Amino acid sequence: MESGKAEPLILVQSLRKSFGDQTVLDGIDLEVARGETLTVLGRSGAGKSVLLKLLIGLQAPDSGSIHIHGQEITRLPLDQLNEIRKKIGFSFQYSALYDSLTVEQNVAFPLKRHTKMSAAEQKERVGELLASVGMEHAAEKLPAEISGGMQKRVGLARALALEPDILLFDEPTAGLDPITAAEIEQLILKMQKERRMTSIVVTHDVHSARTLSDRLVVLRDGNILIQGTFEDLRGSRDRFVSQFLNNAS
Amino acid sequence: MTFPLIIFVLAVAFSAAWAEPSGWLKALSPVARAFVAFFEWFGDWAVFCGRLARAAFVPPYEAGEFIRQLDELGSKSVPLVALAGAATGVVVSLQTHDSLVRFGAKSLLPAVVVFSIIKESGPIVTALVVSGRAAAGIGAELGAMKVTEQIDAMEASAVNPYKFLAVTRVLACVVMLPLLTLVADFCGIIMGWIANTLVEPMSLRLFIDNGLKEVAFKDFLPSTFKTMVFGLIIGLVACFQGMRTRGGTEGVERAATTSVVLSSLFIILADVVLVRSILVFFP
Repeated sequence: MESGKAEPLILVQSLRKSFGDQTVLDGIDLEVARGETLTVLGRSGAGKSVLLKLLIGLQAPDSGSIHIHGQEITRLPLDQLNEIRKKIGFSFQYSALYDSLTVEQNVAFPLKRHTKMSAAEQKERVGELLASVGMEHAAEKLPAEISGGMQKRVGLARALALEPDILLFDEPTAGLDPITAAEIEQLILKMQKERRMTSIVVTHDVHSARTLSDRLVVLRDGNILIQGTFEDLRGSRDRFVSQFLNNAS
Repeated sequence: MTFPLIIFVLAVAFSAAWAEPSGWLKALSPVARAFVAFFEWFGDWAVFCGRLARAAFVPPYEAGEFIRQLDELGSKSVPLVALAGAATGVVVSLQTHDSLVRFGAKSLLPAVVVFSIIKESGPIVTALVVSGRAAAGIGAELGAMKVTEQIDAMEASAVNPYKFLAVTRVLACVVMLPLLTLVADFCGIIMGWIANTLVEPMSLRLFIDNGLKEVAFKDFLPSTFKTMVFGLIIGLVACFQGMRTRGGTEGVERAATTSVVLSSLFIILADVVLVRSILVFFP
């Protein structure tokens, strides 16, 4: 990894976020280099998903800054923030597919609004995206008619529609059986390899974290407890880290 | 006296609509909490309306979704509105017939039926029926989209959910309410005639001629077009309640219920103001 040398694609500094009396993130500092896959581990409620939502501007931080592509995004007007959002794909925990639209329409949704493609070009591109996640056979189905694993695949295809250079995954394997989870992991690895994207994966699935990541961070009490490779975490003497890794594996 | 009563009713309604109080609000008495909730709700609603207004006038426009909503909120409400209008026509005809016979003014029956339906019964019944059907539907649909992160997904895709989800629904309500009112008026007048004919036979032509003889555009147009305000209320309240949903299926249920309760309440209050204004401006 060249994270120490090149300018980071994502730079988070002193990020704080509270909900009422509860402090979820208490001054997080984070860097993600171009092409790197960073996994954020932590217990439920540790603020992992909140961190992702802050990164894409779905929530505003109480203080601190987030630089993406060198641009500070926390105080951007909506139209400029939307330009940044187009460069980021977000795969939601429960896929968040629009349930009134078919699989094909879901994937076409961002293309229709942000590209000048003709209807035929859109259809072709949607076909390619669905084929890349192995879902071309379900194009006409509604999200309610396909399984959770299939929904994850379609959500991934939708996240890739605008060819983003950053992908954010919120619990990509949560709620899936081990075989489907492994398929999703392989799919993500394939995407990372083919498209050389920068990814942040939020999970508490240690197996996924080990398979997908270049580097991991562990969140606890609103702070980063430790960061490093999986082997660095394995070697940690911190009781929480070893308990987390051992109980989860 | 009326104003404090309205404030009290609204405060109670908002208090009931309010999810879980947090932080310092927990320390307040229920009355104080209702008072705070009342102003908080209006403040948030005003911000929502501002965002909506800004989104409505900035291209690109979501024509496809708007047409889908015209069908969803408008066309699919036609049978319900027609039935409600017809029932109102029957009730008005039967009640009026009895009263007019008692006062020896039976010949006025067609005019009274037509006047009461086009001036008040048709518009208000339509608005309340659509409020029950569409507001609950919008509140529940947007509420479900909110709790399943579909609205977040839309924002993350750099699509403005206010424009795509809210503006289209609000405009559809505004456009469809007057059209649905025409349906209710038509069915009400026809069923009013049928109900009257069953008691005392009269040709439809005579009924319509007598009924419409005294009706001018100033009786018909303001009453019909005031339903655009009702449509605006239904759309704004339901979209707002739906998009601020929190807390899973319980939150969705609350969004649907409060959408109906608040929009119906606002429609009745707005009707008081509109009827008074119409009487002033179209004497």
